[in-house]
Amino acid sequence: MEKEFTLSIFTENKIGLLQRLSTIFTKRKINLDSFNASESEVKDVFRFTIVIKTTEDQVRKVTKQIEKQIGVLKAFYHEDHEIVHQEIALYKVPTHAMAHGSDVEKLIRKYNAHILTVEPEYIIIEKTGHKTETQELFEKLLPFGILQFVRSGRVAVTKQIKEITAYLKDLEEASRHSEKELLLLNL
Amino acid sequence: METQTKDHTAEQQKKPAKKVTGSEALVMALLEEGVDTVFGYIGGAIMPVYDALYKYKAQIHHVMVRHEQGAVHAAQGMARITKKPGVCFTTSGPGATNLITGLADAMLDSTPLVCITGQVTSGLLGTDAFQETDVLGISIPVTKWNFQITRPDEIPEAIAKAFYYARSGRPGPVLLDITKDAQFGELEFNYEKVTNTISYVPYPKINQEKILAAAELINKSKKPLVLAGQGILLSEAQKEFRDFVEKAGIPVASTLLGLSAFPSNHPLFTGMLGMHGNYAPNINTNKCDLLIAIGMRFDDRVTGNLNTYAKQAKIIHIEIDRAEIDKNVKTDIAVNADAKQALNALLPHIRPATHTEWLESFNELAKFEFTKIIEKDCYLASGEIHMGEVIHQLSNKTKGEAVIVTDVGQHQMTTARYYQFNRTNTIVTSGGLGTMGFGLPASIGAKLGSPESMVIAVIGDGGFQMTIQELGTLAQLNLPVKIILLNNGFLGMVRQWQDMFFDKRYAYTELTNPDFIKIAEGFGIPGKKIRRREELSQALDDLLAFDGPSLLEIKVMKETNVLPMVPAGGTVSEMRLE
Repeated sequence: MEKEFTLSIFTENKIGLLQRLSTIFTKRKINLDSFNASESEVKDVFRFTIVIKTTEDQVRKVTKQIEKQIGVLKAFYHEDHEIVHQEIALYKVPTHAMAHGSDVEKLIRKYNAHILTVEPEYIIIEKTGHKTETQELFEKLLPFGILQFVRSGRVAVTKQIKEITAYLKDLEEASRHSEKELLLLNL
Repeated sequence: METQTKDHTAEQQKKPAKKVTGSEALVMALLEEGVDTVFGYIGGAIMPVYDALYKYKAQIHHVMVRHEQGAVHAAQGMARITKKPGVCFTTSGPGATNLITGLADAMLDSTPLVCITGQVTSGLLGTDAFQETDVLGISIPVTKWNFQITRPDEIPEAIAKAFYYARSGRPGPVLLDITKDAQFGELEFNYEKVTNTISYVPYPKINQEKILAAAELINKSKKPLVLAGQGILLSEAQKEFRDFVEKAGIPVASTLLGLSAFPSNHPLFTGMLGMHGNYAPNINTNKCDLLIAIGMRFDDRVTGNLNTYAKQAKIIHIEIDRAEIDKNVKTDIAVNADAKQALNALLPHIRPATHTEWLESFNELAKFEFTKIIEKDCYLASGEIHMGEVIHQLSNKTKGEAVIVTDVGQHQMTTARYYQFNRTNTIVTSGGLGTMGFGLPASIGAKLGSPESMVIAVIGDGGFQMTIQELGTLAQLNLPVKIILLNNGFLGMVRQWQDMFFDKRYAYTELTNPDFIKIAEGFGIPGKKIRRREELSQALDDLLAFDGPSLLEIKVMKETNVLPMVPAGGTVSEMRLE
């Protein structure tokens, strides 16, 4: 059964790595629902957050293939209940929409959105939340005329207690062990 | 982030650095890695490197091939025999793209390669300059690692990493793309081998609990079967493997690439697995109570239909690549480790055993296969020559001790079935990718990798014509590679499928062939063509005795099928006998 999974991939900052990751999905004809990349809490360790719909069996295999790539430090996959996630959406609506009564204002209050800027022609509204929430506001604003709409990729942090710094320590130990084995094999 | 976790403070005093060009540094780095042979094809964007090679002629033998695909396959042939990374050089653009088939082949067959491609000057990157191709982008899916060098000072570390990644863990091809200005520029040359980078753990730590659990299953098993893969050869675990199966008394079946990891004439050897494998190991895959897969990846050509594959058996999978575990076949116990290390850990916990009755069941099935198939392939008295009897005689005449390189198709499967690989590490064949045209160039690399071995290239008439230009390389090197061309005038394996699955509609599989002997002679390689059984033995003797490159073309039956066969997606225990 297909489900939504969020992958958190920790990598070194290397050219070509993004393409290396993307070919893993392309090869299996998996579409990315959302994609985000940023530096993590560790300097020079980058964090990709990718949302895909697939089976658990497939996501497990894909995660292993990702983690195997040189340059990838750790890769995890999670279901929604294992993470806290957000997306940000920006809505550009005509300023005159605010003029007709207080409907737009009510929506902004109700959806806990806020106004970033007001110009004579347009206002920009920002809302963070789950996709369903930003989508709902989008639909509510639609009758007032939406000039532009954009939604970011998902960002997610995991509820698990072990953090990437601890994994990096493990990894360092594993690669030292591996080095010993390499020298023993005397290749 | 520091990518190397190695402690550099303990480093011994640095040698005084010498200023050299990027090109020279590249060649010096290859020497540091012990490279003595490279395969390549010169062109504009790699000319500075070739200029440096000219200076180092005495230390590095450069083999000038006739097409870049020949270079990469030759490097593969050498790598498969030496277990060290094969090295090739090409120019940018078409030179680089011509490598792709070989990279894909090496990726699937875990062959260590370091391919170095020239690239346009860094200032021209992205301008669609002459012979510019995004080789980094193109090669990503078919390399274990790749990197573009745009500054001369990046060269030593990039080369050190390339060799480390190519050879360690599950080996594979790496590609370095080096811009022309990086080749011309200067740097202070200091070389240090790389043995550790943080994002790569080639040798996972063995989980002792898994070893004990595996040993328990093995000790309890009444009908165990070992599947031997190329991982045994790659980790040089032949001795450990033999000790293990002899102690536990377990019959051995081999994958195509695992052939020669264990002697074919050993009483525990039961043959090859898979689509065109032997009857007994395929049938008994679905009768055993325990499958122990070592250094193999349950390729679909081995397993057939996964839903009916060894469902009755417990599965132990010893495999260095974690991503291969539970990929195709779900395991009961997975040991994620190098084969040699895992076998060393396992051996003390194995109780000596013999499985006489179980072994006998293999012998019975082998007898059945002999009467139904082998006798008709290898022991014919009349009619045209069958490719089976050629390989059978070749095997006897060489005592199963030659290095055998094949191309892809019927002759390949026939060779895998009927050559007795009694000496270790003696088969070079394209498994995962099934690359026609692989054989001839790979045999050149294999011979250079093992000059003391007799190297025989068994090739079909289809594949031969895909890289036939490498006869030129062979002639120029005057290498004593013995080519056996099994000519049936067809793309035989495809014709077989058309026969079996497409109601004999032979769409574009029949070939009008050239005079191969004249072609060989044109290249300066002596050739002989035979078509009668009475000539076969003597012709093989002459070929084996000849000191120099030579071609023996054997006209074989036009329409024979390689049997038995598990049709694609079929059940392994339901091998077709006709």
